[in-house]
Amino acid sequence: MQFSEEKLAKVKEIIARYPEGKQKSALLPVLHLAQEEFGGWLSTEAMDYVASLLQLEPIEVYEVATFYSMYNLKPVGKYTFEVCQTGPCMLRGSDDIIEYIKQVLNINVGETTPDGMFTLKTVECLGACGYAPMMQMGKHYREHLTKQKVDEIIAECRRNAAAGN
Amino acid sequence: MGRKLLLEKAHVPGIRNYDVYRREGGYAAVEKALKTMTPDEVTEQVKKSGLRGRGGAGFPTGMKWSFLAKPEGVPRYLVCNADESEPGTFKDRYLMEHIPHLLIEGLIVSSYALGSNRTFIYIRGEYAWIVDILEQAIAEAKQNGWLGKNILGTGFNCEIYVQRGAGAYICGEETALIESLEGKRGNPRIKPPFPAVKGLWDCPTVVNNVETLAAVVPIINLGGDEYAKIGVGKSTGTKLISACGNINKPGVYEIDMTISVEEFIYSDEYCGGIANGKRLKACIPGGSSVPILPANLLLKTAKGETRMMNYESLSDGGFQTGSMMGSGGFIVLDEDQCVVRHTLTLARFYRHESCGQCSPCREGTGWMEKILHNIEYGKGKMSDIDLLWDIQRKIEGNTICPLGDAAAWPVAAAIRHFRDEFEWHVLNRQECLTRNYGLANYATPLPITA
Ligand SMILES: Cc1cc2nc3c(=O)[nH]c(=O)nc-3n(C[C@H](O)[C@H](O)[C@H](O)COP(=O)(O)O)c2cc1C
Ligand code: SF4
Ligand code: FES
Repeated sequence: MQFSEEKLAKVKEIIARYPEGKQKSALLPVLHLAQEEFGGWLSTEAMDYVASLLQLEPIEVYEVATFYSMYNLKPVGKYTFEVCQTGPCMLRGSDDIIEYIKQVLNINVGETTPDGMFTLKTVECLGACGYAPMMQMGKHYREHLTKQKVDEIIAECRRNAAAGN
Repeated sequence: MGRKLLLEKAHVPGIRNYDVYRREGGYAAVEKALKTMTPDEVTEQVKKSGLRGRGGAGFPTGMKWSFLAKPEGVPRYLVCNADESEPGTFKDRYLMEHIPHLLIEGLIVSSYALGSNRTFIYIRGEYAWIVDILEQAIAEAKQNGWLGKNILGTGFNCEIYVQRGAGAYICGEETALIESLEGKRGNPRIKPPFPAVKGLWDCPTVVNNVETLAAVVPIINLGGDEYAKIGVGKSTGTKLISACGNINKPGVYEIDMTISVEEFIYSDEYCGGIANGKRLKACIPGGSSVPILPANLLLKTAKGETRMMNYESLSDGGFQTGSMMGSGGFIVLDEDQCVVRHTLTLARFYRHESCGQCSPCREGTGWMEKILHNIEYGKGKMSDIDLLWDIQRKIEGNTICPLGDAAAWPVAAAIRHFRDEFEWHVLNRQECLTRNYGLANYATPLPITA
């Protein structure tokens, strides 16, 4: 398990942002990089690799990885739907959207479809309350969701996956 | 039209790019501050402006800056809080997405005032695409000589870095943020020592909200005294309000703090009224942590005065009959909404976000969620309502950081103003599963059980 040259250069650049000896500060950004590079989640092996890169004890990395909700500690589908369920989104119908996704994907919250394509999660307020209901999908938000829009997003994901992106 | 200082140029086409921003008068505040003012003079203008922190607590920014310790030979840090995770709040995102250079400009001026040569923007991890926008703006500012070494030949050096969080509301609390920036779990620190003395890597540190730091730009351009003339009383300048819930026009609005709550909700310039022709039931005016108010107390204070959109008026009546400006997250509930259910989602949020260090917060948030869940799902008892009241009281004031209070207040206010709705759930266990209670009995404020 090893970062690409490009990612290693990025790690170096990140460490240089902090004063001498404070490379532990790079831990959150480097865990994000590791998650991107190693299949969307952080295995123990990936965390140990990050520990060795930053000269930390593995336990220091586990402590952090288990605290923050964006780090996945088990594998997830190719596409993860993270639907916000907090008050302001609830007022605009997020409950119905969550039910609908469960139904069309035939999975429960926290599960992945058997083909490994989709994971459904519920999350707390993502700072898009004025564009509710909404979900996060990878790096971007999908806002003003309706059932029709959910159908379109699923179809789009399937098309992209079939095209090998 | 109210006066706009932050978003005035936000819709100029291409304003995200340096050239357009500069052409529209951008970076004039950096020029003015670095070339004609000393760092202390900049702080003095911020003091005069009366600017209050826009992150939620409303603490005077100039005063905060003057507390910063300045021991010889020790670096000082400015950290911009872009963690924005309080439900109902999405104003910082809007500012950063639309007019990123305004924040960068404010950061350069503020870094100069505080003597920070290495300034960090700590942004919530989910705002991943905004990191790209900010890094682009920083690179452009650097290319054009506003960042880096010896800026404008003044000998002042400054770099700005963007650090992504990874999903934790608690990292918006300034000491948790500092821990997170050091690569640790976001556990708030016990204060004192305050960050102004011992913050990032044990060095003196100022943490300010995105909107606060952006507001430094118009303060320098106009001068502190001119800025202070906008608004009313101790609510000076303009405030960004993110409005959401059951209104016609959810979005981010810049207000000068002289308009009424009624105008904000009903005028076409702002929220455009309640969606679908419904009636207003309740509102949380300052982000999920502040007390919810029923419509009658929202539009008029208990004394019968018109409630205004400013710090003093929103908190008029204290927690008995008032609320707070908070972070400016304005959440509107129409007549069809269930206060119990809404409060349940907030309780779940705080349980999920508690860092777990203090038992009143860790255990109390869990219990509040469970009890609210029972009441909402037709399994509640009358005594549960008093139990909830009891638990929230035991959390408030008994924790390391204010997340405990933030979790207690929404529950307290919901019971205080909507007790009849809680009781209705308990008395109508079947019916409450199929319909909502509707409008509460506003006219007679309900007694508070001790
Ligand atoms: C649980 C909790 C969450 C907070 N979240 C934020 C936040 O997301 N953004 C923010 O600016 N301030 C937040 N604050 C307030 C900060 O601790 C701090 O007061 C603020 O960043 C100071 O900036 P200001 O003086 O410019 O308002 C939070 C406080 C608490 C207790
Ligand atoms: S009040 Fe809650 S969030 Fe704050 S330190 Fe205590 S347990 Fe953590
Ligand atoms: S409540 Fe869903 S984004 Fe804020």
